[in-house]
Amino acid sequence: MTAPASSGLSSIPALLARNVAQHGGKAAYREKEFGIWQSWTWQEAAYEIDALAAGFLTLGANVGDHIAITGRNRPALYWAMVAAQKVGCVPVPLYADAAAEEIAYALEHCGARFVVAGDQEQVDKIADIRDQLHELDHVIYLDGRGLRKYDHTHMTSYDDLQEAGRKADLMDEVAKRTAALTLEDKCVMLYTSGTTGRPKGVVLSNYNVIETSKNSAEFDHLQPGDEVLAYLPMAWVGDFIFSIGQAMWAGFCVNCPESAETMQTDLREIGPTYFFAPPRVFEQQLTNVMIRMEDAGRFKKWLFHKYMKVGREIGPKLLDGEPVSGMERLQYRLADWLVIGPLKNTLGLSRVRVGYTAGEAIGPEIFDFYRALGINLKQLYGQTEATVFITQQPDGQVRSDTVGVPSPGVEIRIAENGEVFYRSPGVFVEYYKNAESTASTKDAEGWVATGDAGFIEEGTGHLRIIDRAKDVGKMASGALFAPKYVENKLKFYPDILEAVVFGADRDYCTAFINIDLTAVGNWAERNNIAYSSYQELSQHPRVLDTIEAHVTEVNKSVAADGMLAGCQVHRFLVLHKELDADDGEMTRTRKVRRRIVEEKFADLIDALYGGKSEIYTETEVTYEDGRKGKIKATLAIRDAAVQSAEQVAAE
Amino acid sequence: MKDIIEPYVTPDGRTIGGVLMDMRNITLRFGGVEAIKDISFDIREGEIRAIIGPNGAGKSSMLNVISGFYHPQEGEVWFRGQKRPPMKPFQVARLGIARTFQNIALFEGMTVLDNVMTGRLTHMKSNMLAQAIWRGKAEREEVENREKVERIIDFLEIQAIRKTPVGRLPYGLKKRVELARALAAEPKLLLLDEPMAGMNVEEKEDMSRFILDVNDEFGTTIALIEHDMGVVMDISDRVVVMDYGRKIGDGTPDEVRNNPQVIDAYLGVAHD
Repeated sequence: MTAPASSGLSSIPALLARNVAQHGGKAAYREKEFGIWQSWTWQEAAYEIDALAAGFLTLGANVGDHIAITGRNRPALYWAMVAAQKVGCVPVPLYADAAAEEIAYALEHCGARFVVAGDQEQVDKIADIRDQLHELDHVIYLDGRGLRKYDHTHMTSYDDLQEAGRKADLMDEVAKRTAALTLEDKCVMLYTSGTTGRPKGVVLSNYNVIETSKNSAEFDHLQPGDEVLAYLPMAWVGDFIFSIGQAMWAGFCVNCPESAETMQTDLREIGPTYFFAPPRVFEQQLTNVMIRMEDAGRFKKWLFHKYMKVGREIGPKLLDGEPVSGMERLQYRLADWLVIGPLKNTLGLSRVRVGYTAGEAIGPEIFDFYRALGINLKQLYGQTEATVFITQQPDGQVRSDTVGVPSPGVEIRIAENGEVFYRSPGVFVEYYKNAESTASTKDAEGWVATGDAGFIEEGTGHLRIIDRAKDVGKMASGALFAPKYVENKLKFYPDILEAVVFGADRDYCTAFINIDLTAVGNWAERNNIAYSSYQELSQHPRVLDTIEAHVTEVNKSVAADGMLAGCQVHRFLVLHKELDADDGEMTRTRKVRRRIVEEKFADLIDALYGGKSEIYTETEVTYEDGRKGKIKATLAIRDAAVQSAEQVAAE
Repeated sequence: MKDIIEPYVTPDGRTIGGVLMDMRNITLRFGGVEAIKDISFDIREGEIRAIIGPNGAGKSSMLNVISGFYHPQEGEVWFRGQKRPPMKPFQVARLGIARTFQNIALFEGMTVLDNVMTGRLTHMKSNMLAQAIWRGKAEREEVENREKVERIIDFLEIQAIRKTPVGRLPYGLKKRVELARALAAEPKLLLLDEPMAGMNVEEKEDMSRFILDVNDEFGTTIALIEHDMGVVMDISDRVVVMDYGRKIGDGTPDEVRNNPQVIDAYLGVAHD
C-alpha cells in the first residue's frame, strides 16, 4: 500500500472535524421537511453526531460492534453512520425496501447489536424477525409515528438517545475512540445485492474510502459549494461514496428529498451541481419530456425540434472544447435561451457541472440528448469491491459505448477469457466471514476479478464492457454468446423496459421482452388502442408488431458486429408481467437474475425453442405486502427476421 | 340515568375518556318517513366509534344529525356535557367537529395545499382587509396555519401532490386530501362518511392505517360510517349497528359480530 497524501486524516470523523474547522458555518446537510428546506451547517451536524455517538455509548456500544442503518435518505441517518464510526463501531447500511428475510440474513450475518431505523415500517420488519436475531440489543428509530404504543424496553427514539448522550459525561470516551481510528480500521460494511446466491458483506477500510474519495474528487474538481441530491439507496456503495466519502473529503453539501415521490420536484429546487443517476432515471426523464412534447401545440413542437437539432450539433462540441464558429455559438445561445435553458431548469439540471451514470449501458440517443443540453454526462464503471471507481470518463472524452479510462490509482488487466481485473487503493479488505469468496475474488497480489468481460479499445485506452464474464458463453455452433450486449441494444428502444436473451448451448437465440408501460401506454392512447391491463396491452398484435420491428433492427446491428453475429434473436415473446424484485426476478438494484428467470419461466423457454406460436402459462406473483397470487396468460411467440452472413457481406 | 363512566385503557394502550357526545332518543323524520327512530348512543373521548348498517339504514342521516346539518324532531344532542341547541353547520364546526363526505366535496380547481388550508378557516381571526394588506398579524397567522397544514401533509404522506390541483388526482388520493382538510381544523370529533367507499384493498388498508394513526397521534375522537364490515370491525373500539332507522346492536366488535339481530340484518335469514 502506498502512503496516502491525506496525512492525518485517517477516518471520516477526522474529515468531519476538519470541515468543521475550515468551513463550520457553511451548509453541510439539507432536508426538505414540511415543505421547507431545513439546513444544518458542518458545526450543527457535528453537534448532532456527537450527541448520538455518546448516546451509542450509553447503550454500551463496544469497539468493533456493527450498527445497521435502514431507511430512506435522511441527514440523521447519515449522521448515525458517522456517529457509529466515532465510537469505533462499523456502520452497515441496509436497503430500505428489502424484505424482512433479507434484512434478517444481513443482521444475523454481521451480528448487529444496534439498528437505527427510519420509521415504523422498518421497525415492524425488525420486530417480525426479532426472534431470529440473537445479538440484536436495541433499535433506535427516527420517526416515532405510530410507535408510541410499542414496547420500549429495547427501543429508543433517536432524539431520546441524543438527549441521553448529551446528559451523560461521555465525550472524553468518544474523543478517545475517535482518535484511535486508523486507516486500516473498517469504515463501513456494505451488502452486495448479489445477482446470484446470498448477499456478501463487503468490508471497506478507511484507507479504501478516503483514498478513493480523494482521487475521484480531484479527478472531477469537486469542492465546497458543490451540491448533491442524496436519493439513491443508502446501502449502495455509490451513495456511501458520494454522500459521505466525497462529501466529507471535498466538503460539499448533501441534500435529502422530502420523500421518494417528490424527488423530481426537490431535484428542481436544489439544482445539484454534481449528479448521479442510473440510466433508468435518465431514460424515464427523456421519455417524459418526449411524451409531453407530443401533447404540446404545433408551434412549440416545431420550436423544440428545431432547437434541439441545433443543440445536438453544437452542444457536444462545446462540452468537449472543440472549435466552434461564432455563428454556431450564436445559434446555440439562441437555442439555450428558447428551449435548452428552460428544459434543463424543468429537469432540475441547470447547474449540473458533473453528471455520472453507471450500472447499465445507456442508449446513445439518451446520451446524446443530455449532451445536447450541454450537460456534462459521463459514464463510470465500478463495483462495491472497488469502492466504486474502476474506470471513468474524463471531461472531453465522453462516449456512449465505453466506460472510460482507469480512474486515478487504478490498474487494469484483461485476462485471456476476456474478464477484466483491477488493482487499486479502493480494493476491499474482505467479504465478512467469508474467506473462501474473498480468496476466489481477490488474489494475493491484490488483483480483483470484476466478473465482467471487456476489452481496452486501441488508440483511446477506453474500456469497453461486453457482458458478465459468466454470462458470456458459447452457442451450440461454438459462436460467442453475449446476451447483455443484445439486451442493451433492445433496451435502447423506449418501448422496451427489459429484455432477457437466451442462447447458451443452443442453435439460435431467443428473447423475453418487457414493454415499458409509460411509453407503450401513451402510444396506445394516441392510437385509440383500448386495453384494460398490462397483460392485455403486452399481447396486443400491434404492440407485438412494433416490438418485432425493433428486434429486426437490432438483429441488423448485431449482425454487423462480426464476432457476435450469432447472437441475433430468432424468436421472442413479450412477457405478461414486469420482472420484479419482489418476485426475485431482479435484484434490488434492478438487474435481471438470469438463472431465476430461466427456472421460473422454463415453460416459456421450451415454447420458444419448441416452435410453438403461442403458449399458455401461469405465474406466481408476490404483492407488496407479501401475499401471493397467480396470473394466467396466453402469450404469442413471434419470429423475427435475421441477417445471414451472406447478407451482411453483401452490404 | 346513565352510569358514571370511568376512563379506561384499551389493550393497545390508548386511554378512552368520558362521554364526548351523547345522542339521546333521537328521532328524525322527513315528512312521514322516519329515517331515525328513537336512537340513543354515546361517543367517548379518544375512541373510534363506527356506525354500520345496510343501505338505507339511516347511517348518513345519523352523521348529519351529529354534524348539525339535520335537526332531529325529537331527542337531544349533548356535546361535552352541554345540551346542544339547533345550530348552523359552521357553528358546529367551531365547536370542534369536522367531517369528510361520502361523495368527496373538495375544490377541484385548487391545489391540495389550498384545499387543506381551507380547513384552517375556523382558526383564522384576521379580517379580510388585514389579509389583503398582508402585514403583521395576518402574515403571522398564515405562517402558523401553513405550519400546521404542512404537518398534516407530512402525516398523510401527500407531499408529492402538494401543488397538484385536486381535479387531477385519482379517487383514493382525493379521499386522503379530504381527510387532511378535516384534520386541518384540529377537530375534537372527526366524522368520516364512508371513508373507504370505492377503494381497492390496498387503498383501504392505507386508509385504515391513517385513521388509526390520527386517533393515536392526535388523540382525535373519530366517528365513522362504513359499509364494509371487515374494515370497521378491525379498527373500531365500539360499533353501533342500524337497520331501517333503528338501533339493533351496540358494543365491541366481538359483541356485535355475535349479535343474532345483526347477523340477520346483514346475512338475511329464513323465517319459518
